[in-house]
Amino acid sequence: MSASASAAGRAPGHGARVSDLRKRADTIGDRALFGICLLAALTAGAIIVLVGYQIIHGAVPAISKYGLGFVTSTEWQPNFGVFGAGSLLYGTAVTSGFALLLGAPIAIAIGLFLTLLAPKGLGAVIGPLVELLAAIPSVILGFWGLLVLAPFVQAHIEPSLHGTFGFLPIFGAPETTGLSVFTASLILTIMVIPIIASISRDLFGSVPAELQDGAAALGATRWEVVRGIVLPTTSSGAVAACILGLGRALGEAIAVSQVIGAGSEIQASLFKTGDTLASRIALQFPGALTELHKASLFYCGVILLVIGLAANLLASWIGRRFSYGGAVH
Amino acid sequence: MSGQLIPDPTAPLTPSGNLRRRRIVSRAAEVAASAAAVAAIAVLVIVIWTVVARGAKAIDLDFIFTGYPTGVGPMLLGTIVIALVATAMAMPLGVLIALFLTEYAGARGTRLLKLTLDLLNGLPSIILGLFVFALLVDHKQQSAFSGALALAIIELPLIARGSQEVLQLVPKGLREASDALGVARWRSVLTVTLPTAIGGIVTATVLAVARAAGETAPLILTTSVFDPKAFSVNPFEALPNVPTWIYKLSEEGNPEGFTEAWGMSLLLVSFILFASLGARALLARSKRKLSS
Repeated sequence: MSASASAAGRAPGHGARVSDLRKRADTIGDRALFGICLLAALTAGAIIVLVGYQIIHGAVPAISKYGLGFVTSTEWQPNFGVFGAGSLLYGTAVTSGFALLLGAPIAIAIGLFLTLLAPKGLGAVIGPLVELLAAIPSVILGFWGLLVLAPFVQAHIEPSLHGTFGFLPIFGAPETTGLSVFTASLILTIMVIPIIASISRDLFGSVPAELQDGAAALGATRWEVVRGIVLPTTSSGAVAACILGLGRALGEAIAVSQVIGAGSEIQASLFKTGDTLASRIALQFPGALTELHKASLFYCGVILLVIGLAANLLASWIGRRFSYGGAVH
Repeated sequence: MSGQLIPDPTAPLTPSGNLRRRRIVSRAAEVAASAAAVAAIAVLVIVIWTVVARGAKAIDLDFIFTGYPTGVGPMLLGTIVIALVATAMAMPLGVLIALFLTEYAGARGTRLLKLTLDLLNGLPSIILGLFVFALLVDHKQQSAFSGALALAIIELPLIARGSQEVLQLVPKGLREASDALGVARWRSVLTVTLPTAIGGIVTATVLAVARAAGETAPLILTTSVFDPKAFSVNPFEALPNVPTWIYKLSEEGNPEGFTEAWGMSLLLVSFILFASLGARALLARSKRKLSS
């Protein structure tokens, strides 16, 4: 480096030889830098392809044995070599759906609070704090859920919900431990809130101030500005944020496995145990002995991968349509 | 009131009727939004308070520096090794991807590459665990290296996106000055762009490490069968590590184990919180410095 720098300094005084050498070095250097950067970019794509290949490859024995029936069958008995992911899909859908149902409104409300209500200094403190919620490792959140949240839910929340809404089958009688689909959903709610909140904060911040001021000048109250201007202009982005949160909830393995109680039946009541695709992999893979058992868990991975990639592609498609549509037209 | 043609000039200026209702609705919405923010902060405070209150009892010098059963030294050491190996793989690759995005990629390339990074970021970590298991562990043995590879894939999109944001902030004037002097692109990148952005790149990396350090799912499949007494830094064997040990203790249901797990949780959480808060503050500062 220093040689070339000094060469640059003396270049006018020296012959064409030095600058020729330098030019050649620069051509090689430019190509090399481009080459390794391109290679790095291609590696990122290759990793995704390779992940897909390895997961599907691992699942081949189960795919060839069960085909698509794996998705609907609810029998999962490793001792008898019978596997079906129906109840896991159900558990995944219920926990994630419930988490989104509960988490999305709260998160969007936080986004609104941070952009429209909070004084600047307060927002600058609360915003990062909400994001810190996402930084807590899932194993610690799950551990907290197991020892603190589950007993509390079992002792207080479940009985009161059962007492008030007991006529609905989803609010059945509480079990003894508090390890339940309901508790798992609450943990997932805590995990999706910071994701959706931070995206929607950026989203609401991008709503043109003239529109909001215009509405306010016409006499709209703060809520009417939100209802009439902020939410309609950002609705597609908010949907994309929710899908991203959903993708996070679907794939969470550790925290869910700690609090869901590893049940293997589909039960109407949220207060019973259950299991999800990701949590089943985390719980059973280390102890899986037969090839078919492992392959079935890989098959769960395939389902999870397909749902996860679809959710992310969908979110990015919606997000792109939203931002490009807003900017161009 | 509707019958009155001339409003009473002495009536107090308070909203009534429809306007009053609208104000109340608006006020209620404001209270609800504030309550949502308070609730989220409350959950954060409760979780951290629990970890601190229950974990502080477990922590002393023996806990940090000795092996099982008196302490968790080997797990801490193993986690550090795994994080270092993962970062050594992810950081160069991530920075190169960021350079590709800022220096070479056209509009379509940028869009495709960013989508790829988003997809990588969205992959559930348990899937990465299965992937690395199939790639390196199956029919062979567990190793810290394979766990580190999974964590590297988690860190990669975070480092790439973070570095790209910082690289974009490098003042155009610096590059233009360099170009005007006839300096080749690779020299400009190595001697002007990267040195200017290095602070931001490092903090983006620290944020990625903080995110990856607590990941458990990939590690249970790749480095979970280990000797909790042995201090080791060899990445080609299964190394003890904090997340899988917390997971194991939480599944066992033994009260002494719980105390140990709270202690490790406190160490892990404090590392993650300090690293991410510190890195965030530094990142904001270096971005401000670059853009001013």
